[in-house]
Amino acid sequence: MARTIAVELASVTKRFGDVTAVDNTSLQLYDGEFFSLLGPSGCGKTTILRMLAGFEYPTSGSITIHGREMGHTPPYKRPVNTVFQSYALFPHMTVEQNVAFGLEMKNAPKAEIKTRVVEALEMVRLGEYGNRRPRQLSGGQQQRVALARALVNQPEVLLLDEPLAALDEKLRKEMQLELKGLQERLGITFLFVTHDQEEALTMSDRIGVMNRGHILQVGNPIEIYERPTSRFVADFIGETNFVSGTVCELHGNIAAINTAAGQTLRGLAQQGVQVGQPVTISIRPEKVFLTPISNGTPPTPPSKHMNAMPVQVERINYIGSDTRIIVRLHDGNTFDVWESNTRSTLDRDEYWQPGEAALLSWPEENALVLTE
Amino acid sequence: MAITQPTLTPEAAAPRRNWQLPVLLGPAAFWLFWFFLVPLVVILIYSFLTRSATGGVDWIFTFDNYARLLSDPIYVTILWRSVWIGGVATLICLLIAYPLALFIILQPAQWRSFYIFLVLIPFWTNMLVRTYAWMTILNNNGLINSFVTGLGGPRLTLINTEGAVLLGLVYGQLPFMVLPLYAAMDRFDFRMMEAASDLGANKWRAFLRVMLPMTAPGIAAGSVLVFILSAGNYIIPALLGGNKVTMIGNQLELWFRTAQNQPLGSAAAVLLMIMMVGGVIIYFRTTTEDDR
Amino acid sequence: MAEETLVRPLPQAAARPAQRNRWGERALQINAFFAYFFLYAPIAILVIFSFSNSSFAGVWGGFTFDWYIRLFQNARLMEALRNSVYVALISTTLATMIGTLVALGMERFRFKGRTSLDAVLYLPIVIPDIVMAVMLLLFFSTALQLINGMFGTAMRMNLTTVIIAHVAFNISFVAVVVRASLKSFDWRMEEAAQDLGANEWATFRRITLPLILPGIVGGALLGFTLSLDDYVIAAFTTGPGFSTLPIEVFSRVRRSITPEINAISTIMLLASVLLVVASQIFQSRQHR
Repeated sequence: MARTIAVELASVTKRFGDVTAVDNTSLQLYDGEFFSLLGPSGCGKTTILRMLAGFEYPTSGSITIHGREMGHTPPYKRPVNTVFQSYALFPHMTVEQNVAFGLEMKNAPKAEIKTRVVEALEMVRLGEYGNRRPRQLSGGQQQRVALARALVNQPEVLLLDEPLAALDEKLRKEMQLELKGLQERLGITFLFVTHDQEEALTMSDRIGVMNRGHILQVGNPIEIYERPTSRFVADFIGETNFVSGTVCELHGNIAAINTAAGQTLRGLAQQGVQVGQPVTISIRPEKVFLTPISNGTPPTPPSKHMNAMPVQVERINYIGSDTRIIVRLHDGNTFDVWESNTRSTLDRDEYWQPGEAALLSWPEENALVLTE
Repeated sequence: MAITQPTLTPEAAAPRRNWQLPVLLGPAAFWLFWFFLVPLVVILIYSFLTRSATGGVDWIFTFDNYARLLSDPIYVTILWRSVWIGGVATLICLLIAYPLALFIILQPAQWRSFYIFLVLIPFWTNMLVRTYAWMTILNNNGLINSFVTGLGGPRLTLINTEGAVLLGLVYGQLPFMVLPLYAAMDRFDFRMMEAASDLGANKWRAFLRVMLPMTAPGIAAGSVLVFILSAGNYIIPALLGGNKVTMIGNQLELWFRTAQNQPLGSAAAVLLMIMMVGGVIIYFRTTTEDDR
Repeated sequence: MAEETLVRPLPQAAARPAQRNRWGERALQINAFFAYFFLYAPIAILVIFSFSNSSFAGVWGGFTFDWYIRLFQNARLMEALRNSVYVALISTTLATMIGTLVALGMERFRFKGRTSLDAVLYLPIVIPDIVMAVMLLLFFSTALQLINGMFGTAMRMNLTTVIIAHVAFNISFVAVVVRASLKSFDWRMEEAAQDLGANEWATFRRITLPLILPGIVGGALLGFTLSLDDYVIAAFTTGPGFSTLPIEVFSRVRRSITPEINAISTIMLLASVLLVVASQIFQSRQHR
């Protein structure tokens, strides 16, 4: 499918004094997609958003929106609008005046402003609140005013800077769905900046994971979660267990690894993995099996494509939907295992007990061999 | 956020345009340069010149003015009087104002505004008027004396004494002490007193060990302010001290307007300025940005 | 310092101790009572005797409005009052504009020489008014001598030199108050406005100015009061024949004490109270 490029960053670098916030980064956003920039605090994601908005100018590199170079264009001449982290609603104006502000700045006719403001407020279900002041609204309502204030200008790209961070959990979940629905209906490109992986996974068409000024991986939510290409991404998105070792054999895309404890484990290898290379295996805690060992005789693994190792159950945390078990490997390291509580029972014996011996196993394609 | 932090400082709020700084700073820079810095330099130059026989100045460079100020007993007395009267006024203000500010802060919210309002009124009221009020009380045929002589007592000498000047200064500057103290106490979290008593301190020790140190920046701010306003005061010693209690401010007037000794007056003004600015610098050095 | 406390809001109560020390509380009450008595008794006496029908200020001679009537018939006093208001209005307007601009520049940008400018801005607040007065006296007389010598003019100090002097110290006071209000200003408001298409001027006029207006008005009120009340600097920078109200009052007070001065003082007092009320109203608006 041929998709038009809405935003392009080409080799963009931004320095603040000695600090490099964004380092030689390139990125393309397609028209109509919901793109999230995900990363820890200080990774440079907000700086990219601010450069797109025009609040910062890049130290080097180019930024284009629909082919037009933005370079040092001031914010008020750019076809983008921003939803700010704490909304930045104008406290001395009513909700209506806030929403009308952008249109007034474009010298739109009064009648048109009026109808479009009403439409925008209807769109975020705040039709009744036009005459209120921002501080008379709840956090969620303020959030929706900020959204209406930006969207009423029909921006080519909407920039959202952690807009849900200030909301409580339940409201945040609601707003996630509402935002996504709105984006699909309007077909506007959204660039969403967040440090919350669940938020990014829920809403995005594509996600760019950032760390220390670099975009490490771009992909759809499934790719990002299931096939992280780096140790950082695997660790940052969801939870995972790491085991380090050295590659000893390669069969197609399956690599065998010798661990420090002397075991041989197999996993899905990235391209370019070579024999003799030090690597890390990442195994998600929900992608393994834990089976009891009765009478000290380990059951044979179901197939030769399974990795298996004996472990001892150390600690059991019941959290409702899951039971999270920490087991200890023979080399002394711990390993997280999540079991879904698919059966409903109050019988404690149905759950694991501390000290129990067990066999930890997983299909080789459930483990990823990462080089960095 | 470690790296994006710089974006939160105002400077990065929006890229700066070339015309912005000159427009914003230009007028103030112009005015302060011509009507503050240049006069400052002029007075500094005068302080090293020699008084001519006609009351003007001769362009003969000298340190004599400073030497005279610091050695001539008349001037040393005046300088010393300014310092001690200013210091005592500051101390008395502090002793009245600290408990007063504490009283105000402990009132329920709506009453607190009212009590602060009562402090703000004298704060904003003309010093001349407030000093004059004391003149009508302390004067030789003022309120107290007409009362005392009415009862057959002797006429008391109340005005034109150091005591009258001190009284006037305390009266005049008290609001300037209360307000910084109140601001400091307002920032103080009173739960810390509970924490202190929870840890076994009695009220008095909790006050000495917790509240007093934490409100010290307010004490410093108020004291510096009141001292500057008192030691360099002109109106209060002029009206309540007459020519019996001369402080440095009054002597300055004498040098510049009556005695026509501008170089000596300039040197005294420079000296006074150095003292005041020095005090403020010490204050800024010893309190951190957060304290203030 | 105290200037900042002027614009400080009267914030919410921190948790106050629940159980109190009876004895200590009593001592605080007594101190507060005497402190307020001390602050207000002289003012009360002043006001009361302005209605006294006796030419001695210390003796009550029955109630009268005479002194106020005489006041308004006194051409000299009325002219001094007009002069004072004229000086205060013009100097406050100028100082408010200049002070607001410099406050914006100082809070907004980091630039070379910012620390020095900061220090120079604080100096007029820190040094005693008498020092400022003699400095400007020396400067004006020297400068006018120079100008008159060069151009053969005969310019003298008058109300204009007073205005110049008042602007010179009021810039600093206005800047301090406006800067305090800018500290709580959320600069993202400006970003939001620019993001919505407002250029620098529209952003300032529609967003920044309305939001910091209470601070500016607070600064202007302070400047107006300081200018109206100033005796020392005005007395040194004016020329013969140009008196402001404080100059006129001061020279009368030195000669004698009459109920007439009590009457002027009462009116000046009333003006101050009105100014405090105005500034309080504006503050409470800012922190609504």
